[in-house]
Amino acid sequence: MPTQCFNEMYQGETVRAPYARLEDWMHAMPTEFRQMKQAEAEALFRRIGITFAVYGEGGDPDRLIPFDMFPRVFTQTEWRKLERGIKQRARALNAFLLDVYGRGEIIRAGRVPASLVYQNAAYEPAVAGIVPPRGVFSHIVGVDLVRTGPEDFFVLEDNCRTPSGVSYMLENREIMMRMFPALFRENRIEPVDGYPALLRRTLASVAPAKCEGEPTVVILTPGHFNSAYYEHSFLADMMGVELVEGADLFVESGLVWMRTTEGPRRVDVIYRRIDDAYLDPLCFRPDSMLGIPGLMDVYRSGGVAIASAPGAGVADDKAIYTLVPEMIRFYLGEEPVLQNVPTWQCAKQDDYAYVLEHLGELVVKEVHGSGGYGMLVGPSSSKAQIEAFRARLIANPGNYIAQPTLALSTTPTFVNEGIAPRHVDLRPYCLVGERIELVPGGLTRVALNEGSLVVNSSQGGGVKDTWVLSE
Amino acid sequence: MLSRTAENLFWIARNFERAETMARLLEVGARMALMPQAGHGYRNEWDSLLRASGTAVGFAEKYGDPVQRNIESYLFFDRDNPSSVASCVERARENGRIVRTALTTQVWDALNASYQEMRALERQPRSDLELSQLTEWTMRHAAQLRGAIDATQLRNDGYHFLGLGFALERADNTARLLDVKYYVLLPRVDFVGSELDNYQWQTLLRALSAHRAFHWAYGGDITAHKIAHFLILNRQSPRSLLTANGEALGHLDALAQAYGNATPAQERARALLAQLEKTTIEEIFDEGLHEFLTRFVRENAGLAALVQQTYLSGEAR
Repeated sequence: MPTQCFNEMYQGETVRAPYARLEDWMHAMPTEFRQMKQAEAEALFRRIGITFAVYGEGGDPDRLIPFDMFPRVFTQTEWRKLERGIKQRARALNAFLLDVYGRGEIIRAGRVPASLVYQNAAYEPAVAGIVPPRGVFSHIVGVDLVRTGPEDFFVLEDNCRTPSGVSYMLENREIMMRMFPALFRENRIEPVDGYPALLRRTLASVAPAKCEGEPTVVILTPGHFNSAYYEHSFLADMMGVELVEGADLFVESGLVWMRTTEGPRRVDVIYRRIDDAYLDPLCFRPDSMLGIPGLMDVYRSGGVAIASAPGAGVADDKAIYTLVPEMIRFYLGEEPVLQNVPTWQCAKQDDYAYVLEHLGELVVKEVHGSGGYGMLVGPSSSKAQIEAFRARLIANPGNYIAQPTLALSTTPTFVNEGIAPRHVDLRPYCLVGERIELVPGGLTRVALNEGSLVVNSSQGGGVKDTWVLSE
Repeated sequence: MLSRTAENLFWIARNFERAETMARLLEVGARMALMPQAGHGYRNEWDSLLRASGTAVGFAEKYGDPVQRNIESYLFFDRDNPSSVASCVERARENGRIVRTALTTQVWDALNASYQEMRALERQPRSDLELSQLTEWTMRHAAQLRGAIDATQLRNDGYHFLGLGFALERADNTARLLDVKYYVLLPRVDFVGSELDNYQWQTLLRALSAHRAFHWAYGGDITAHKIAHFLILNRQSPRSLLTANGEALGHLDALAQAYGNATPAQERARALLAQLEKTTIEEIFDEGLHEFLTRFVRENAGLAALVQQTYLSGEAR
């Protein structure tokens, strides 16, 4: 376990500037008051209905993601750098998608191996040759960042399909403002509540060629049993658009329509929160009950826009991830502002050998895994766990990548014993349409268990309000 | 509005109205069973209650003989019974969750709170729960939901789909409650006009929270004719078939106006109302109360089917 972690609030005894005003707040809070506020926050979350429904696992079907009231703070200077780096990445990733579904120049130039793209499970041959409106494939790019020092940020992974969690970013802020209004008077904090309006504008800006007048935008959800249903419904509400399921849509005369009480109404832009495979049973999965038959034909002929575009997933694959700095150089002619975490690909012989030798020091992940499942955190695993994982790795090396165990930064967090440092990451949400936009903030996830580096909500992670101070 | 959204709004109302009726039915049964003469013959009051609520077959399969304790559980808590209060409350809340964006915070609160409290009730030992507590609990939450809708929802099409759900379900439910009396009486025609007969009618009025209202409206002795009139044809009675039918038509008219489009559902509701308006209570008893109610329930269901087809199925053009 790394012993020297960067604490975002304290450097030795001194308090770093962005947290200066939080020290008094923290010390002036008696335990009972804090517990009362914590209970109040939970009641608010439950009442609003922000739960993370987990069906079929027993226990409470309406689980709350633990909310930590101690905010995480960035200065304007820190944020500007992140913003520049994230926007740069979002541009490069979209350029890459447009390219690999088009002429494939980065492959011809020998900068990316063809097999890594065309044989990737997330590569979608059905959309090759299609140019979506404005050439944008990934309209919401979630970039997961970690920090190891005052100036050291690393990109852990990109999410080009449908990154979730933005409702927490918004609700965390809402609840903090309700509970601690004084904090917001003392600190000048950049607002994040413009996100839904920006998202709507972004989606409207990619309306297809055949759209007439003001575009009709909808959010497509797999339904109310989905664990992220609250978020789908929250965003629809905040954007003032309809939340539809597959069965609410149908295709007729080359266009997509939704079934309303007044008859069919045309749909121009679909913000889908379902996987490619479930979009259109005629094109992808004939056994799917979720899709809209004929949707892909309409998409191909410019009758509807889909965000993110089918096939966007090939850019956020963990094997492709290592190539993003290369994409930035190739498409933008720039040097990456944000660094990747050094990554060993077990598909490569040399890398594989290194990983096998250093399993105890590394974090090993499945190439297509998510949610913190199926991964090994070497330094915090027992010998037996490491050996069990070794067997799985040997059975299918190509399925794994490995990274050094980073000394993730910590921020003060309320725990049972009082306040203690806990490891955090950050997911900002970058919007790509006519323009590229980023609201100043994101979702900070915190590993609530002492020493843990895994921030996923399914593995004991919580969330925090994330502040960007204005100058 | 999405057809599916409208459908869920419609069913929030229907499910909650039905939960309330189930609670009221339980109250009727419990009171009737307190009479010393009750329980003779092959049908007792509880059995008649199961029949009227349409749950007799399901109950018999699960429990066999109608024992009060089992009936209470079956009608209130049992998730195997799709009409139990718990089933209805849970479905109404799920309908609400699906269309959360079409509801105000207050309406969602009312739905969500009733569901959370229901789960707390389920965890309590049954022996700690009096039946009257359960029925009052249900009516309180139904009133909260209606109040929240009335005070906070926009008067848009969604509001009218909620209203339609309440009105159609209530018409159905009043007819069924009234019919309980028919089932109780059936084996004992000689009871008509007897003490027991009057007591049973009064019980029905109490269960509908209409006991005092009835006396204000009619005065004098309670008779079958007066009560039937009160629950079928009285325009002041909030639960009468005529009132509920009139409200359904009101909501359909409002929808037709908002959409600029007259519909068969609207015509059907108007015809049904016209028919009720020219009916007299004597004609109803000539036809036979049970026969009349059975016919009404069928026609009301036909109207609901037309609403479904016109607005909720997604087949509208």
